[in-house]
Amino acid sequence: MPNDIIPAMTLTIEQVEHIANLARLELSASEKERMSQQLSAILDYVNRLQSLDTAGIPPTSSVLPPRSVLRLDEPHPGLDLETLLRNAPETEADQFRVPPVLD
Amino acid sequence: MSTLTELSLSEVTTGLRHGNFSSRELAQAYLERIERLDPALHTFLTLTPELALVQADQADQLLSDWRKNGGAAPSPLLGIPLAVKDILCVAGVRCTCGSRILENFIPPYNATSVARLRQAGMVILGKTNTDEFAMGSSTENSAYGVTHNPWDLSRVPGGSSGGSAAAVAAGLAPLALGTDTGGSVRQPASLCGVTGLKPTYGRVSRYGLVAFGSSLDVVGVFGHSAADAALVFAQMAGQDTLDATSVELPVPEFQPDASTKPSLYGLRVGVPGEYFITGMQPEVEAAIHQAITILEELGAVIQPVSLPHTQYALPVYYLIAPAEASANLARYDGVRYGPRQPAEVMWDVFRHTRGELFGPEVKRRIMLGTYALSAGYYDAYYGQAQKVRTLIKRDFDQAFTQVNLIATPATPNTAFRIGEHADDPLSMYLEDIFTLPANLAGVPGIAFPAGFDSKGLPIGIQLTAASFQEDLLFRAAHAYQQATDWHTRRPSLNQS
Repeated sequence: MPNDIIPAMTLTIEQVEHIANLARLELSASEKERMSQQLSAILDYVNRLQSLDTAGIPPTSSVLPPRSVLRLDEPHPGLDLETLLRNAPETEADQFRVPPVLD
Repeated sequence: MSTLTELSLSEVTTGLRHGNFSSRELAQAYLERIERLDPALHTFLTLTPELALVQADQADQLLSDWRKNGGAAPSPLLGIPLAVKDILCVAGVRCTCGSRILENFIPPYNATSVARLRQAGMVILGKTNTDEFAMGSSTENSAYGVTHNPWDLSRVPGGSSGGSAAAVAAGLAPLALGTDTGGSVRQPASLCGVTGLKPTYGRVSRYGLVAFGSSLDVVGVFGHSAADAALVFAQMAGQDTLDATSVELPVPEFQPDASTKPSLYGLRVGVPGEYFITGMQPEVEAAIHQAITILEELGAVIQPVSLPHTQYALPVYYLIAPAEASANLARYDGVRYGPRQPAEVMWDVFRHTRGELFGPEVKRRIMLGTYALSAGYYDAYYGQAQKVRTLIKRDFDQAFTQVNLIATPATPNTAFRIGEHADDPLSMYLEDIFTLPANLAGVPGIAFPAGFDSKGLPIGIQLTAASFQEDLLFRAAHAYQQATDWHTRRPSLNQS
């Protein structure tokens, strides 16, 4: 019943653009339109969680009990550079090559 | 030679040990069958015939040495073919994750699950189709085309591990690896009429599994029976220093009871009313009740149990999984692997590469997850979902103080038609409502065939147990499979 009083969720095109920018996703105009409709419908559905009283309930980020997993700090051979760089689209002097970061 | 693919796993193991046929002949029989049937099914994305024959020859050498010199019996998996979902790394073999953004990615190492099965001498046939980055319930989100359900080619096999489930169902591999984040092993197992195990969170190393939802992902297995799946599970399970979430606990050995009616005396099986919902297919509901009656006849005590927060599992899942996915998939930026969309500055490389090469469902989930984690919305969405996840987990903790196992349908409906949920993501998400809660709680589950509907499509039952009690799942599913023959039915694939 508390679901009824939560207004239908709408995600505007501007909000879609803001999220897409955070996620580094280029979207076409039609994708933004579809994303606005579909994400609004999904958010509308998940909004039923807001009706649950969770005061005093701790969040679960992992089902496993928290513990530290440590190993001895000993050097051991890993994969070689050539192998690691093999999947990169562009490399130079044993490094990943990218275009300029600044305009 | 094709009859080799019709033998049960224990018959194959015996045949290999006696030298009645070789591992090479076995691999060739499967490769021939794949060549003949897979064009219509599209279960594999990459085949590795040369690799398979080299591995089979190694297995044959070990078998021949053992026959000559004696000693400890070799692994029952030695020389047995295996299909691997294309989201688990096999060294030197392309791993696409069903995505164009990894269309040419060659992993330099094996996933631990794969490495341990190779250690036992299994023979890798190839990599199977999956929804892009395991996000989906039908394989329709694969960038490389849909897999067809062997029971009806116009229908989906389920997903995301649909290629592996369909490959086992069609007899293209006796065993296959899958992964399960919200039901991606159990739902396709149910829709394809095979047995699928989702182990406890932390039981099997995820090293070399391409991450989707890190608090949910597990590596699972498909086979024709619980006993077959148990063999693979035993080989894969156990702590791994390369995965800090893998747990250091002994893995109990499952010894299948060979009698036709193994006793389930002493086991209490709970039936939660929340899983028998209006709108589910009546034939599925009837078949599950029938299957529960058989568990009772085998000696289990059946009693009602309540999981009151079940209805919140779907909204919780669709906040937590996309949130984790949005972080995990940040690494696909066209710098270290994958094709790159050219641009003048690096930020545009990121946006164009990701915008061009991710498919619609992956983009949707990245957007949803980014929103749920963004400033101003974090507490209301992600934070609240994590708290309700606690309530869902407590439901299971409470139920397992009363019962050993929980029996439910694996899916509300049998296999749906290709395209049936196109452009309506929410209706697709609802296909997973019975499998999501186990991932949120971390508990193990197994799905296996419990009948067919009037269209001849398989119906799957799901059993869940408390964490690290996979042996109870195997015991109950095996007893059911000794008493019934649903799991021995095979689709008729009338190939030309």
